[in-house]
Amino acid sequence: MSESAVPSFPKHLLDFRDWSPVQVESLLETAQMMQEVLARPVKKVPALTGFTVATVFFEPSTRTRISFELAARRMSADVVSFVGAVSSTTKGETYRDTLRTLDQMGIDAYILRTDAAGVPHQAHGWLKKPIINAGDGWRAHPTQALLDAFTLREKLGSLEGKKIAIVGDILHSRVARSNAELLPMLGAHVVACGPATLLPAQLPGATLTTNLKEALQEADAVMVLRLQKERMDKGLLPSLPEYIAAYQITQGRLGWARPEAPLLHPGPMNRDVELEGTLADAPRSLVERQVANGQAVRMAVLYHVLVGKRN
Amino acid sequence: MKGEILLKNAKLVDGRGEHGHADVLIGEGRILSLSGGEAQKVLDVAGMVLSPGFLDPHAHLREPGQEVKEDLRSGLTAAARGGYTDVVSMPNTSPVVDSAEMVRALKKKAAQIGQARLHPAAALTQGQEGKTLSEAKLLQEAGAAMLTDDGRTNEDAGVLALGLRYAASWGLVVAVHAEDAGLRRGGVMHEGEVSYRLGLPGNPGYAESARIARDLEVLRYVNEGLAAQPHLHIQHLSTKRGLELVRQARRDGLRVSTEVTPHHLTLTHERLESLNPLYKVAPPLRTQADVEALVEGLLDGSIECIGTDHAPHTADEKELDLLRAPFGIPSLEVCWPLLYTELVEKRSFPLAVLLERFTDGPRRILGLAPIHLEEGAEASLVLWSPDEERPVDPKCFASKARFSPWAGWVLRGWPTLTLVEGRVVFESAHTLGKEPRPI
Ligand SMILES: [Zn+2]
Repeated sequence: MSESAVPSFPKHLLDFRDWSPVQVESLLETAQMMQEVLARPVKKVPALTGFTVATVFFEPSTRTRISFELAARRMSADVVSFVGAVSSTTKGETYRDTLRTLDQMGIDAYILRTDAAGVPHQAHGWLKKPIINAGDGWRAHPTQALLDAFTLREKLGSLEGKKIAIVGDILHSRVARSNAELLPMLGAHVVACGPATLLPAQLPGATLTTNLKEALQEADAVMVLRLQKERMDKGLLPSLPEYIAAYQITQGRLGWARPEAPLLHPGPMNRDVELEGTLADAPRSLVERQVANGQAVRMAVLYHVLVGKRN
Repeated sequence: MKGEILLKNAKLVDGRGEHGHADVLIGEGRILSLSGGEAQKVLDVAGMVLSPGFLDPHAHLREPGQEVKEDLRSGLTAAARGGYTDVVSMPNTSPVVDSAEMVRALKKKAAQIGQARLHPAAALTQGQEGKTLSEAKLLQEAGAAMLTDDGRTNEDAGVLALGLRYAASWGLVVAVHAEDAGLRRGGVMHEGEVSYRLGLPGNPGYAESARIARDLEVLRYVNEGLAAQPHLHIQHLSTKRGLELVRQARRDGLRVSTEVTPHHLTLTHERLESLNPLYKVAPPLRTQADVEALVEGLLDGSIECIGTDHAPHTADEKELDLLRAPFGIPSLEVCWPLLYTELVEKRSFPLAVLLERFTDGPRRILGLAPIHLEEGAEASLVLWSPDEERPVDPKCFASKARFSPWAGWVLRGWPTLTLVEGRVVFESAHTLGKEPRPI
C-alpha cells in the first residue's frame, strides 16, 4: 500500500468530528488486538516505551482515570497524573495555566477531563500535543462511546441497522452525545429517551422520545444512564419516585425490547434508581464487560494518537 | 474666510442622504463653509466620505474599578479611532455609577482626556440592586445620559414601573437589558441545534422576548395617565420575536426604542462550533433568521440605532473555558467598517440609513439635536475611506481588549480622521502613508 493510501489518523481524540468511519473501524480493530494482549499472562507490550502520558482530571473520576493509566502502563508508557478542581470562582490557576505548567515537563500526550465543554479543543491549541478527551462537560466522552460500540459489536456483531435505546438524562449526558455521534457512523440507529425536562429539543444522530415503551420497542440493546441527584435540586425532576415510576428500567419493561437485548451502563450505577438493582447482575448485563473493554479501547486510542496506525 | 482645517473634495453623506462633494472649512468648532476658504491645515480628501461623528449608546469602558480591562483613556481613544465622537458608558462598573459625584468625576476626567465625549449612563437603581431608585434628578443635573441597570436584568417589574414613571418626570430614558434570568438558566450560548449538539447550557431566544413582552406591558401600564411619556430603550436586541413585540408596541404609540450590536448583525451561533469563548456574548449570537430580521428592523427603523455593547476583558479571562469565560466582544474600533462592508457593500443596505443609525438615531434617543452637514453645524465629524481595505488586526487596537471575532476580516470604510467640535482627536497613520503600529 502506498503511503498516501493509508488514512492519516487524527493525532488527538476530542470527539468524532475529525474521524471517519474507516478510521473508527481501524481503531476498533486495534482494540481487538489489545484485548488479546490483555488476555496474556504478562499483560504488557513495549509499544509506547519512552512516551510520557499525563492524565489531567479537573473533574474527579477514579474509574476512568485508572482505566486510562493502566492502558498506558500496559503499553510501557510513563504515566503522571494530576487531579485538581476548578471552581467557578477560581481566578488564578485556570485550565490553561495548569496545562502549560505541566507541559514544561516533557509530556507527550494528555488525557483530559473537565467540567466545561470545549476545553480539550482549547488545550489542543495551547499545547499542540495529542489530547485525548476523557469527558468535557456535557459534550463528549469519546472513549466511553468507543468502548460501548466495541462491547455492542462483541455481542451483536455488526451494528448495521441495529436499534440502540439510550435512557435517562440525555440533556446533560456526554455519554449520550458521543454515542449519538459514533453509533450512527457504524450503521446503528439511536433512540434517546428521558423525561421531557432532561431531553434537548433535538440531538443530531438520535431520535428523541419521552415514551419509554416506544424507545425500548424492538431495541437491540438498551443503554441506561446515571441519574444525577442534583437534577432534582435544580427543579428539573419532581422526585426520585416520579422518575422511577416513569423511566426506571425493570425486568418487565425490558420485555419490550428484543429478547436477550443486552443492557449497558456507563457507571457508576445508582442501583434501584435508573434500573432495577438485580438487572445489573443479570446475564444480559454487559456492565462488567464494558469496564474490561474500556482498557483495550483506551490502549488502542493511545497507540493511534501517539504512534499512529502502521500497516 | 479663514478656518483651522480645510477638507478639500470631501464627499458629504449624513443621515439624510448624500450631498455631493465640497471643500469643507472648519473653525471655531463649526463647519464654517462648504465652499472652501483658507486654513492652517489643508487636506485633500478626494475619495473619502465626511459624515457626522458617531454616537455609541452602549459601551462598557470599565472605569472605575476594572481599569485592567479598559479605562476612560483607552476606551475613548478606541472610540475616536472608530469614528465615534460621543459614547454612552454603562454604569455596571465597580463601584456602580449611581451618584451625581461619580457622574461628574467621569465627565471631568473624560474632558481632560479630550478624546470622544463621554455621556455616562447611571444606574436605574442604587448599586444596580433592583430595589431602591437612584437619584434621577441629581444624576441628570450631573450629566447622566440615561438610566440603566445593564449587566443586570430588572427582575422586579414593580421597581421597573416606578423607575420608568419617575425617570419620565425628568425626561430620562430608561434602558433595559431584557433577559429573563429564569429562562436563561445559566446559558452560555443560544439554545438550539448547536447548543444541543455541543452540550453547552443554552439561553433561548424566548428569554429575551418573554422579558421584552413583560417590560412592554410595564411600559403600557406606566404610560397610562402620565403627562410625560415614559421612554423605554431596549438594549442589544437579538431576536426576531423580540423585534416583533417592539414593532407592535410602537404601532400602539408607546415610546420604545431599540439598539442592535455589530455582532448580532454579522455573526450567528454556529460560530460556537469552534468552541472558542471569543464568541461568548450576552445576549448570545442567534440564528441566521434572527440576523435577517434585525437587518430588516434596522432598515425600516424599528431598530433606531447601533449600540456596540463594546465589552472589553483581559485576554486571560477570555481564554478561560466556555463556562467561565466572561461575556463580551470589544468593537468600538471596527463597528463602522464592519457594518459598512458587511451591510452596505455586501448586502446593498442603504448607506444613508446605516449612517442615520450611527448618528441621528442614537442622538434622538438621548434627546440631542442631529448633526447634519451644513454651514454652521457643530464640527463633530468623521472622515472615512470607502476604498481603504485592510484586515482587522486586534494587535493595533487602542482598546486594551486586543481580541476580536472579526480578526482577519478584510473591511473597507475605515475612519481616517475624527473631529470633536473641530478638534482632531484621531488621525489615521494610514492617511499619512505610515504603517500602523501595534501600541
Ligand atoms: Zn446588557
